[in-house]
Amino acid sequence: MDNGLERLVFAFFNAEIAAAWAPKILEGMWVTILVSLAVVATGLALGLALAALRAYRIGPVDVAIVAFVDILRALPPLVVIIILFFAFPYLDLPMSAFTATWLSLSLVLAAFAEEIWWAGILAVPRGQWEAARSTGLGFGATLGYVVLPQAVRMTVPPLVNRVIAVTKGTALGSVVALSEIVSQASSAASLAGNPTPLTLGAAAYLAIFVPVVVLGRWLETRFAWKR
Amino acid sequence: MTSAEAVPPAPILELVALHKNFGPLKVLDGIDLAVRPRELVFVIGPSGSGKSTLLRCCNRLEEPDSGAVIVDGADIMRPGTDLNAVRQKIGMVFQSFNLYPHMTALGNVTLALRKVQGLARDAAEARGRAALAQVGLADKENSYPNALSGGQQQRVGIARALALGPKIVLFDEPTSALDPELVGSVLAVMRELKAAGMTMVVVSHELAFARAAADRVVFMEGGRIVEQGSPEAIFGNPREARTRAFVSRLSQGHG
Amino acid sequence: MAEILDTFFNIEILLRVLPFILEGLGMTLLLCAITVPIGLAGGLAVAWVWSLKKRYVNWALVVYVDFFRAFPPLVLLIFVYFGLPFVGVDLSPFAAVAIAFLLNASSYYGEIFRAGIESVPHGQWEAARASGLSRFQTMRYVVLPQATRNVLPDLIGNTLEVVKLTTIASVVALGELLHAARLAQSLVYNPTPIVAAALIYLALLWPAVRLLRHFEHRHLVAR
Ligand SMILES: Nc1ncnc2c1ncn2[C@@H]1O[C@H](COP(=O)(O)OP(=O)(O)OP(=O)(O)O)[C@@H](O)[C@H]1O
Ligand SMILES: [Mg+2]
Repeated sequence: MDNGLERLVFAFFNAEIAAAWAPKILEGMWVTILVSLAVVATGLALGLALAALRAYRIGPVDVAIVAFVDILRALPPLVVIIILFFAFPYLDLPMSAFTATWLSLSLVLAAFAEEIWWAGILAVPRGQWEAARSTGLGFGATLGYVVLPQAVRMTVPPLVNRVIAVTKGTALGSVVALSEIVSQASSAASLAGNPTPLTLGAAAYLAIFVPVVVLGRWLETRFAWKR
Repeated sequence: MTSAEAVPPAPILELVALHKNFGPLKVLDGIDLAVRPRELVFVIGPSGSGKSTLLRCCNRLEEPDSGAVIVDGADIMRPGTDLNAVRQKIGMVFQSFNLYPHMTALGNVTLALRKVQGLARDAAEARGRAALAQVGLADKENSYPNALSGGQQQRVGIARALALGPKIVLFDEPTSALDPELVGSVLAVMRELKAAGMTMVVVSHELAFARAAADRVVFMEGGRIVEQGSPEAIFGNPREARTRAFVSRLSQGHG
Repeated sequence: MAEILDTFFNIEILLRVLPFILEGLGMTLLLCAITVPIGLAGGLAVAWVWSLKKRYVNWALVVYVDFFRAFPPLVLLIFVYFGLPFVGVDLSPFAAVAIAFLLNASSYYGEIFRAGIESVPHGQWEAARASGLSRFQTMRYVVLPQATRNVLPDLIGNTLEVVKLTTIASVVALGELLHAARLAQSLVYNPTPIVAAALIYLALLWPAVRLLRHFEHRHLVAR
């Protein structure tokens, strides 16, 4: 029993190995943070643009947006990453691991965000549109100043959950050798012959995402919508 | 001077042969109505008679099928009409208030001033405060709608319409969603507006208000104007049997 | 156009690798048949423990749920599969996937069931307990059926995510659909197998996406 505990500590919490490999993990952490921020920025911007565009109800555009959203909700993100990374070079469009991961996850987040926000737009009562239009605001101004702010607020909880789920997917970048936390940690673990770098990697994820999850819980209560 | 007074003033709002169908349902079946400056026209009629649709056609929130809507001398049904400009001249007050829940009272009142009239924030807020003061809510400018009573919310709704400097204000059952004890504050504001010379069209069931403030009462049924006249005539001595039946039901319903 | 088809959807290559891909599909379906029930069972257990309303236990549950909300499932799987052998626990890829999914999926399903149970009015508990049903019977026959109906869209949505997540098993060399497709691609030097896998995922999951869209809109509009 005592021996077992010693072995566990030696394997997973080896101070020497941790010190040796910490810089690599930090490097990976930096990459993870960078991709995550890029994904959140691009994904949410694209999702908002698509949701707003859909409000104009232009037939063919609607069909295209719905198809885009459906496909990216149905495909596993790892499949999207692998298609972009391995299949696009056949079109002479080589992609860096960073681009493939960032672009894939941005598209996935955009699809989910569009769907969530569009549902929010639909949930804003008709009277809000009418009141705004009756004061002379145009369609775009009504959408931008009156409807979207309400739609965005009432959809904060599902959106926060989705943002967390998609950005956690940056770990999938390791499959195409993006040098983020998982890549760094598992190559370090095999080089060191010890899983302590994996522990470090796990800790790095917790350091990044636990604050995000806590922030998410706070946002959920902060924006709980009472009508 | 004297000769000008002899000519009746041109109507601010005139509806000519207005028709509106929802599928097979004839909701407006040839409405002719002229509202002159400073006039308060009070519209009554059974549920589904087309009162709301009538008001909503005046600023084309609802698209009429045929007929003319003449606002301040111009037919707004003509192609090329700048609707958003026209709507600034026509204030509208809703049964369910429709305040923007994510904005303060002042934000609600100033949004169109800033985004349509293009006023700077300071100028917009000065006019917004004046409008809020006019409805007795100067101290509530920073309150959000969910912190206001129904009566206060509706007065913000009125201020939102007034801030744009409209030539006419349309009220669609402004007190129907209010608890009885809050109705008075809204009617008081409307009475003051009338006294200040505002032109108004009011759809409502508040007969006491109509007797005190209306210049003309219009009774609608089945998408047509059945009868119109002074409050005394319509409530006291209507010509049409349908009007009499409706008015007596209405006065019983309100004790 | 023909050239693009030749590259991305080469029928000849497709026919050659099809048996391989179908085998992968079989493994994916098997994985789903295991991970979804495991996750649901774990989630129900979490929700049951939560419903006992023992304060410290519930704090522990919040920590558990937030921990796995913050923890990428891929990292969890790698930890289980590559880490545990170092302390003498050798796991088959399949067992590693099962454990990782039990931990991950049960935290999400647990949150959903908890929200569902909270949405059932307290009077339902009281009425059932007053008629002599035990706590467990009340949960089983009165509360849970209503709770499940209330959060059905979320349950379907999470199940969709769990199914999509089975692709990470390819990282531990479990021969599911994506793994088979990637292997085939590296053998034939052509992306057709990956495209085929993507199409299979689409065919499999698109109906669920449509169903979900229907639910979500109704849910939001109804508020
Ligand atoms: N958008 C619409 N589509 C179809 N029918 C409509 C629509 N709007 C109104 N109607 C119908 O038109 C008729 C007139 O409606 P309107 O709201 O103008 O009546 P109203 O006189 O205001 O009634 P109430 O006193 O109940 O408010 C009703 O039968 C209503 O069902
Ligand atoms: Mg009406």
